[in-house]
Amino acid sequence: MISTRVVATAGYVPEQIISNDDLSKIVDTTDEWITQRTGIKERHISAGENTSVLVTNVAKKLLERASVSAEEIDLIIVASVTQDYGTPSLACMIQKEIGAVHAVAFDVIAACSGFMFALSTADKYIKSGGYKNAIVIGGETLSKIVDWTDRATCVLFGDGAGGAYVEASGEAGIIREDIGSAGDQYEILTEGYTECANAFNDKESSIHPKWYVNMNGREVFKFATKNVAKSIKKVLEEEQITQDQIKYFVPHQANVRIVEVVSKKLGIPFEKFYINMDRFGNTSSASIPMALNEMNEKGMLEAGDLVVLSGFGGGMTWGTMLIRW
Amino acid sequence: MVFEKIREIIAEQTGKDVSEITLETNVKDDLDADSLDLFQIINDIEDEFDVSVEDPEAIVTVKDAVDFVESHK
Repeated sequence: MISTRVVATAGYVPEQIISNDDLSKIVDTTDEWITQRTGIKERHISAGENTSVLVTNVAKKLLERASVSAEEIDLIIVASVTQDYGTPSLACMIQKEIGAVHAVAFDVIAACSGFMFALSTADKYIKSGGYKNAIVIGGETLSKIVDWTDRATCVLFGDGAGGAYVEASGEAGIIREDIGSAGDQYEILTEGYTECANAFNDKESSIHPKWYVNMNGREVFKFATKNVAKSIKKVLEEEQITQDQIKYFVPHQANVRIVEVVSKKLGIPFEKFYINMDRFGNTSSASIPMALNEMNEKGMLEAGDLVVLSGFGGGMTWGTMLIRW
Repeated sequence: MVFEKIREIIAEQTGKDVSEITLETNVKDDLDADSLDLFQIINDIEDEFDVSVEDPEAIVTVKDAVDFVESHK
């Protein structure tokens, strides 16, 4: 039985750090307000590097860390909602930059659950037997689709990218997953809307207000706390294991208060959830792989450890994966 | 009955003692609850009583929550 194992991880963030105090100079907010309601203290904001630069840096590090050559790569999947272009995909741009001439490359869109969807897709390709490895990356420059005059949303997001190099293996890697979509609720979290303006109608081609991140905070909070808890519970129950057998839970880094509710609902000690949103904010599809990479770089993960990754996001979508390190 | 249950939910979320919570208590002002505490209180009330709160802004005091549940059960 073929399984998909994580062999290497990598992350990359733009250098520029914007603190809550910096934000209080451009919108009516305070460090205390942001910290109390979100757990976020600072975030990295691009000084101009587009998403392709971030994800390509991650891809290069992955090749180096996994000691594989670009020509050996079978598959490149990138999750993002802030691509440079409508086409090409970010994955094709990476392919060019690293010279992964034999790879199949494409992007997936599942907002903050994006990395989970991309990893799930890579897992299916690898299990099909036709692909022996994949580069899977989540990367965003959310700073370009945030309304910097809206204090309710602009404080939440950051730029960054993270990813994993995965390989077909005889040993269990990705053990179990629960991914899902609830399109009936898509309106509670949107971004990037463009009008269908053309030469034969009178629609405006200028930036639509819904180009920017737009969300119904209460509904997203409710969706997240309910579905993340339900999804983690389902994966553990199906695998017939309990939370104390899990070394770490790696949640999507949207808001520390959501993680607190999930921790309480499931009776899982808060300390078992890895948190880094204080330094990076919500980086959408990049948040889970960036967190996983940070844990890996710190040496927190040992071979055999069970780790649960769990995200939720626009769509609405959610995804949870149980992996053996 | 509804009041007792709602009081328990609010006490748990805000970390206050049930004795501090009366029908007249303003959840936000009297218990230092922020908007996310209110979200969670309303979510728990929805789950507990199987109701759907369309306008969370309308719930200010504990009595507002009790009246809402009693008229929508």
